[in-house]
Amino acid sequence: MTDRTPIIEATNMDKFYGDFHALKDVNITVHKGEKMVVCGPSGSGKSTLIRCFNGLEFHNSGTLVVDGIEVYEGAKQIRALRQEVGMVFQQFNLFPHLTVLENLMIGPMKVRGLGRTKAEETARKYLDRVHIPEQADKYPSALSGGQQQRVAIARSLCMETRIMLFDEPTSALDPEMINEVLDVMVELVDTGMTMVVVTHEMGFARKVADTMVFMEAGRIVESSPPEQFFTNPSSERCRLFLDQILEH
Amino acid sequence: MSAAPDTHQPRGAALRQPPAIQRFFGSTIVSVLIYAAVMAAIIYGSFTGAQNMGYNWQWHRVPQFLWTFTDDGIEMGEMFYGLGVTIQLSLTAFALATAIGLLIALLRLSGLVVGSAVAIAFLEFIRNIPLLVLLYLFYYVLGPIFGLDRYTASVLTLAVFHSALISEILRAGINAVAVGQWEAAKSIGMTTGQTYRYIILPQSVRFMLPPMTGEVVHLIKSSAIVSVIAVAELTTIGRNIISDTFMSFEIWFTVALVYMAVTLILSVGVSFLEKRYAVDQ
Repeated sequence: MTDRTPIIEATNMDKFYGDFHALKDVNITVHKGEKMVVCGPSGSGKSTLIRCFNGLEFHNSGTLVVDGIEVYEGAKQIRALRQEVGMVFQQFNLFPHLTVLENLMIGPMKVRGLGRTKAEETARKYLDRVHIPEQADKYPSALSGGQQQRVAIARSLCMETRIMLFDEPTSALDPEMINEVLDVMVELVDTGMTMVVVTHEMGFARKVADTMVFMEAGRIVESSPPEQFFTNPSSERCRLFLDQILEH
Repeated sequence: MSAAPDTHQPRGAALRQPPAIQRFFGSTIVSVLIYAAVMAAIIYGSFTGAQNMGYNWQWHRVPQFLWTFTDDGIEMGEMFYGLGVTIQLSLTAFALATAIGLLIALLRLSGLVVGSAVAIAFLEFIRNIPLLVLLYLFYYVLGPIFGLDRYTASVLTLAVFHSALISEILRAGINAVAVGQWEAAKSIGMTTGQTYRYIILPQSVRFMLPPMTGEVVHLIKSSAIVSVIAVAELTTIGRNIISDTFMSFEIWFTVALVYMAVTLILSVGVSFLEKRYAVDQ
């Protein structure tokens, strides 16, 4: 699945919020087609890291190259970058004033300049992919959390990006809806898309991850293939964290 | 199967009742009676007062200024023409005020130092001078300089004055949309302009409608002030009729009622619009 061409490369990345040091000297490489799962305690910088990947946040020092584009505040190609990097949010962030179909069509039409028929075709295709074609004409508020998140995934897919970022996609969901979202994400794995997923769903991680990353206090503490990560993590802190979340 | 026994027995202590006097004044009938009594006293007072000063009520002469019945149907009277000018003036000023207000709000939100500085300077300047002085500035100072006639000067005065208030309404409405909406729009590659147009503004409308209605009502009412430079709107027409007929009591009451009718109709209309834009999150 993975070839060894880097698609996201961060070198010595630092990020501050005022005095708070959110990312400390982060070095990380994501390869084309790689599935990376990032975990760690809250406040450890996982979300900040992936929000930097599509320019929703900007790092303060070091370099970050995503899909051949150097990311920094004020970069002209930020919009070009965002068109190549999809993002799924913890709170779904669907557009409440648009129907499901319109949510999916607005990006391709306004950003990519697709015609209405072509955009609708794409939208319906991806709505099928997330298994809710029958919800096309409803407003987001009429859907369950799991359905909303699947629409959000479809919205990202409609932009036909090569990289997808997931920022705790199941954390805001009721337990019985987590699996329907994870199932859709597992199905995406086979498309060869590069995925960086911040999540604590370790079952999902075991199933799909090529690389597991553990962060704490703004640092990447551990980065290893899942076999090693789950059985023999090199750091004590990571072992403790895994014990805690795998306990139940 | 026998019927279930009535288990609805109050078990806890009864809720404490408010004191008797509070219950007495709080009841609907008593409130209505008090209201009616106060209104009657006011009306009686003004009529006897008018009588004592020998005022000659001539309500029957009023309708001709509103409408007259002819063979062709109803013909609008002078006051309706005045009302027409008031509405035209107010709507033009409101459209212009919204455009200026949006510009100021966006400048303020742009995050540019110069943008916010310009916006804040404008807001403070407008908010801290009286409307009447602003009108004089436009008519007597800028008027001769730029060759503004009295109607244009009036429109500009009202537009500029209300744009300051409207810009704050727009800014609050825009800020009320969740940050996540910005992030979602950005993450699919939208420009700031597209995000405003397709995502943020359509959602802000429902936050803006109630205060905007208040603002239109306010604008229609403050348009009466342009009567001081003799623009032929409702208030000016009222004054002209009075100088012809000396029926100041009747005409001022009528003018007030006409303003009230227009603004009330407007408020009711907007409450329908509000339902239209209601989106549950």
